[in-house]
Amino acid sequence: MSNHQESLSIGYNYQDETDTIQKAALALFAVGLLLLVLPLFSFNPEVNTFFLWGGTTLSTLALLLYFFRTYQKSHPGVRNNGVWLRGSTSRGKIAWVTAVVLTGFYIILYWFPQYLGNLIEALNPTSQWLRGKPADHWFLYGSFYTLAILVMGVRAILKYRHSPYQIIRTISVMLFQFLFAYLIPAFLMLLNEPEFYFSYFWPLKYDYLFPGTLGYLAKEPGALGVFMVFWSVIISLIGVPILTYFFGKRWYCSWVCGCGGLAETAGDPYRQLSDKSRKAWKYEVAIIYPILGFIVLTTLLLWLNSMLGGWILGSLSNGFSQAYGFFIGAIFSGVIGVGFYPIMGSRVWCRFGCPMAAYLGLLQKHFSRFRITTNGGQCISCGNCSTYCEMGIDVRWYAQQGKPIIRASCVGCGMCATVCPRGVLNLETGPQEGRYMPTNLISPENIRILN
Amino acid sequence: MHVVVIGNGVTGITAAITIRKLSATHQITVISSESEHFFSRTALMYVYMGHMQYQHIKPYEDWFWPENNINLQQGQVTYIDVEQKQVLLDDQATLNFDKLLIATGSKPNILNLPGKELNGVQGFYSLNDLQTLEANSKDVNRAVLVGGGLIGIELAEMLYTRCIPVSFLVREEHYWGSVLPKEESQMIQSHILAHGIDLHLKAEVEEILGDASGKVSGVRTKSGEVIPCQLVGLGIGVFPNIDLIRNCGIKTNRGILVNEYLETNIPDIFAAGDCAELEKPDQQKVVEQLWYTGRMQGETVAYSICGTRKKYERGIWFNSAKFFDIEYQTYGKVSARLGPEEGTLLWQHPNRKKSIRINYLLHTQEVIGFNLLGIRYRHEVCERWIREKKTLDFVLKHLKEANFDPEFYRRYEKEVLRKFNEQFTATFALKDKG
Ligand SMILES: Cc1cc2nc3c(=O)[nH]c(=O)nc-3n(C[C@H](O)[C@H](O)[C@H](O)COP(=O)(O)OP(=O)(O)OC[C@H]3O[C@@H](n4cnc5c(N)ncnc54)[C@H](O)[C@@H]3O)c2cc1C
Ligand code: SF4
Repeated sequence: MSNHQESLSIGYNYQDETDTIQKAALALFAVGLLLLVLPLFSFNPEVNTFFLWGGTTLSTLALLLYFFRTYQKSHPGVRNNGVWLRGSTSRGKIAWVTAVVLTGFYIILYWFPQYLGNLIEALNPTSQWLRGKPADHWFLYGSFYTLAILVMGVRAILKYRHSPYQIIRTISVMLFQFLFAYLIPAFLMLLNEPEFYFSYFWPLKYDYLFPGTLGYLAKEPGALGVFMVFWSVIISLIGVPILTYFFGKRWYCSWVCGCGGLAETAGDPYRQLSDKSRKAWKYEVAIIYPILGFIVLTTLLLWLNSMLGGWILGSLSNGFSQAYGFFIGAIFSGVIGVGFYPIMGSRVWCRFGCPMAAYLGLLQKHFSRFRITTNGGQCISCGNCSTYCEMGIDVRWYAQQGKPIIRASCVGCGMCATVCPRGVLNLETGPQEGRYMPTNLISPENIRILN
Repeated sequence: MHVVVIGNGVTGITAAITIRKLSATHQITVISSESEHFFSRTALMYVYMGHMQYQHIKPYEDWFWPENNINLQQGQVTYIDVEQKQVLLDDQATLNFDKLLIATGSKPNILNLPGKELNGVQGFYSLNDLQTLEANSKDVNRAVLVGGGLIGIELAEMLYTRCIPVSFLVREEHYWGSVLPKEESQMIQSHILAHGIDLHLKAEVEEILGDASGKVSGVRTKSGEVIPCQLVGLGIGVFPNIDLIRNCGIKTNRGILVNEYLETNIPDIFAAGDCAELEKPDQQKVVEQLWYTGRMQGETVAYSICGTRKKYERGIWFNSAKFFDIEYQTYGKVSARLGPEEGTLLWQHPNRKKSIRINYLLHTQEVIGFNLLGIRYRHEVCERWIREKKTLDFVLKHLKEANFDPEFYRRYEKEVLRKFNEQFTATFALKDKG
């Protein structure tokens, strides 16, 4: 007999089980990917264009269907279930295969682009229409890079739909990538203007403050070139410090930057893989600041050189660009930075290599109103914050002592605050004074003083 | 000076670290049986759910201990010789101490019912329980959870992420009815139900049923209902883990009896955390079984051990939890049932799972407590308002300062104020009539 105690439930919701719709979507995605690589083996450009577009459309739609279904089934909230139980997100076999494929793609892209010839050719009509010139491997790469940010951005929005901060931030990186790093540069080329990225600044785009680049832009006919010079100089030297003072490094790294954009969207499934050890932090400091120093020095030298009529360095600028571009641009930011996402996490480049991040980080640490506040004594040392920090910051170390987190590397993605089960963390801005002050409420010694 | 700490939970470890901060020369040994290193017990559920792995729930990296000269030893203490100032370990080794801290934590309560020893019946407290649960939850069609508190709902969420249907038996009329006011409790209940958890209120287990192999096969409730299941999870509270202490001459009641300085009846022997029972000067006895109190007691006792006796003072009460996706924070005094002198103001979001409750004293209007669901409030601000006995009027006017929600979150101060005004006018109108 069961009376008032009858079950009250409304049907079990198997949120974490892959259902038929999800499986079908994954199958379609695989078919789409296959179509996408078919052009590599065929020689009819028209058929290739069809395969490329068909494959891209199919895999994009299939992936979107998969994400919508996945998050439709679950309640809004933190959904990191199974992240460390699945091989794909915890350095299992699938992760290694993904890493090898991604790395392989970068190696082909940088060193053997001729193998992508058919794919590039298949993209010609698009490139002609968008930029008024034939496609090259960078256009192919840029297109897929942007697509990855857009599709995975939708995933991030769905996954973090309970958090307005995450939604708005994700929309921001999607828009900056799509408009400022893709459409506008293409449009500029269509108008025969210099290819210019308004969302990239020195020292990430190191040559944007080199005398050669600025000279070339200034000589462009029309006012646009001069505006670009003005934009580069003003933002890099004045805009960056001011914005970082008010908002912290995040205004750039997790709201605007394209590398950050990829990390926050396509890299989101891998954010937990960053190394939190003290050793990793030592490497970080030992690598990133010398890179920044190197760029600053080179820029200064090049200006000196140019002012003195070129007798110190001759045409070093060219050689420098090539060498730096190869080691830092290609190997670091591409092959390791993205290729190793599934093994080392999504922000390896940003954390260990990016001179812009180093510059912003120094400003954030010493000249900013930004901090992550901890809420009194509420921390239970669970470790979610540290685990999901893509920059490898041991957030818990500070939180459990009630100290605000002010670290040069923090990109302000806000994920620690999102995943904290006790509402301990909050990204805040406020007066610089007292920014490092810990809470009174962790230690009974302090409570006694208060009472 | 050799300090021995038994138990590497938050209490023992906070004490050890604080002693090291206070003195560079004390020799510190921490003996614990469960694990080599300190881990966060509160995070065990996240390991099961796959949010983290064991290595992530260790709050300190392994280098921290040798670098700070804190000696860790894994082993079980079997006897304390208070005369010789010695502890005896399970491998028969002995260890001398000058001062001893007992921080042995808790043990989960066992249901004293037929069938309690069946395979597949378990509590959830230790690393070992986590492994047992991993084994016990394989090939399960349904699990029954007993106990409507925090561990019960954690277990429900854990099993939910493994797609195991759950029947959740709660003895009270409302979920966590001993702590939560009815409205909060009902919001959480509807959230539990929305996950398809089979929630039974006013339900008690009478017997756990087993099959021939000694494995659990179902439970029978007091009302006679039989729920077939292959796993029974118990979340019916914990009690101080003091098996070791019996027959050593250290005074115990429910826990190890300590005074306000966390000293036991034997000189140089201290106890703190979950295993300690605090005897206040007014004869009141309390056992505090929380992460936060463990941490605070651990710090206080370190002072006493280092020779500066400090009274343990709890400060203004606070706590927090998470019920599936609903975060809960509480500051000050909000009891399940209002006291005769107390008034309450409650705002609930019309369709989202958010609420704010502010309790106050009727005659002085001073605010005594906050209950928040789905909204984060600042510990410092709430604590200060309560400590400084701010009036309801003041608090409502400054409510914005307490909000700790992330940027771009909707703020509800206006709605809250409007709702409170309505409720307030209604209260006074009623009073005027009466
Ligand atoms: C699943 C779960 C979730 C929780 N969530 C929260 C929460 O959200 N918020 C909150 O405030 N509290 C929470 N708690 C309670 C909190 O974890 C405890 O209050 C706290 O861990 C107690 O710390 P402790 O150091 O006193 O004891 P413990 O953490 O129990 O540590 C005692 C240690 O001593 C060892 N030991 C015992 N006897 C011996 C012996 N004879 N020899 C050697 N070693 C021995 C044990 O193995 C154990 O490792 C939770 C508890 C559990 C189980
Ligand atoms: S800050 Fe939050 S997420 Fe980080 S350890 Fe503390 S409770 Fe866990």
